[in-house]
Amino acid sequence: MKYGADPNPTRRDTLKQGLAVAGWMASAGLLPDVASAQSTPSTWNAAAFGAHSFETVLEALGTAQPTLSDEVVLSIPELADNGAAVPAGMSTALPGVKRLALLVEKNPTVLLAVFDLSDAIDANVTLRIKMAESSNVYAVAMLADGRVLYTVKDVKVTLGGCGG
Amino acid sequence: MGQPSRIRATAQGDGAVVRVLMTHEMESGQRRDAAGMAVPAWHIAELTATLNGQPVLTAQWGPGVSANPFLQFRLKNAKAGDIVGIAWKDNRGDTRSDQAVVG
Repeated sequence: MKYGADPNPTRRDTLKQGLAVAGWMASAGLLPDVASAQSTPSTWNAAAFGAHSFETVLEALGTAQPTLSDEVVLSIPELADNGAAVPAGMSTALPGVKRLALLVEKNPTVLLAVFDLSDAIDANVTLRIKMAESSNVYAVAMLADGRVLYTVKDVKVTLGGCGG
Repeated sequence: MGQPSRIRATAQGDGAVVRVLMTHEMESGQRRDAAGMAVPAWHIAELTATLNGQPVLTAQWGPGVSANPFLQFRLKNAKAGDIVGIAWKDNRGDTRSDQAVVG
């Protein structure tokens, strides 16, 4: 392998040059800047959505140690045919729920959604989620008295819903 | 400007059940296009639900919420004629706000 000016550039050299050009274009502002295009409002918790496990997501959300509780109810089919749209409901009859969070352990983005509830809302929300593959699904309830309760369900997915 | 959301708010007992169907790609960020380039994530990031103008529910969503998101929640105290609003903002800064009357 020769370096420097080469009349017959190898694939590696060509790639290097391509990267250099792309880097120059990015610095000159010619390429769409992914980072700034993704700039989201300040309340969106980028750290929590970027975390890759149940524990690190909860850490990023700033919650205490979660406790397994059957008072948090996760309504989700045990067998999901289509991972692109799995109905998932989180609810609890406990009073003083401040926040509900939904996590799918094996999704590329583990944290699905965080809901901050006012007193005017029942602690009961339903939405449809994507599941890349069969995985544990967690519903977490954060209460006004500081308790953090969760429940978990194993959901089998026949057809994943992330790769499209 | 985003596409309109469909909101149905139905009075039930003292409260109301609100069902919302938003129109959004909710691109996961995992796909590659025909040329093999990664398709960047594009999703609703923040959502606020209001009752007669007062915020009652806020949410942060990642790209894992299904395309054309469906959301259902229940208002404890609402009556026919109250106005339910749903506003969202996606990670490209696009926004949409819609209203419905509790029926």
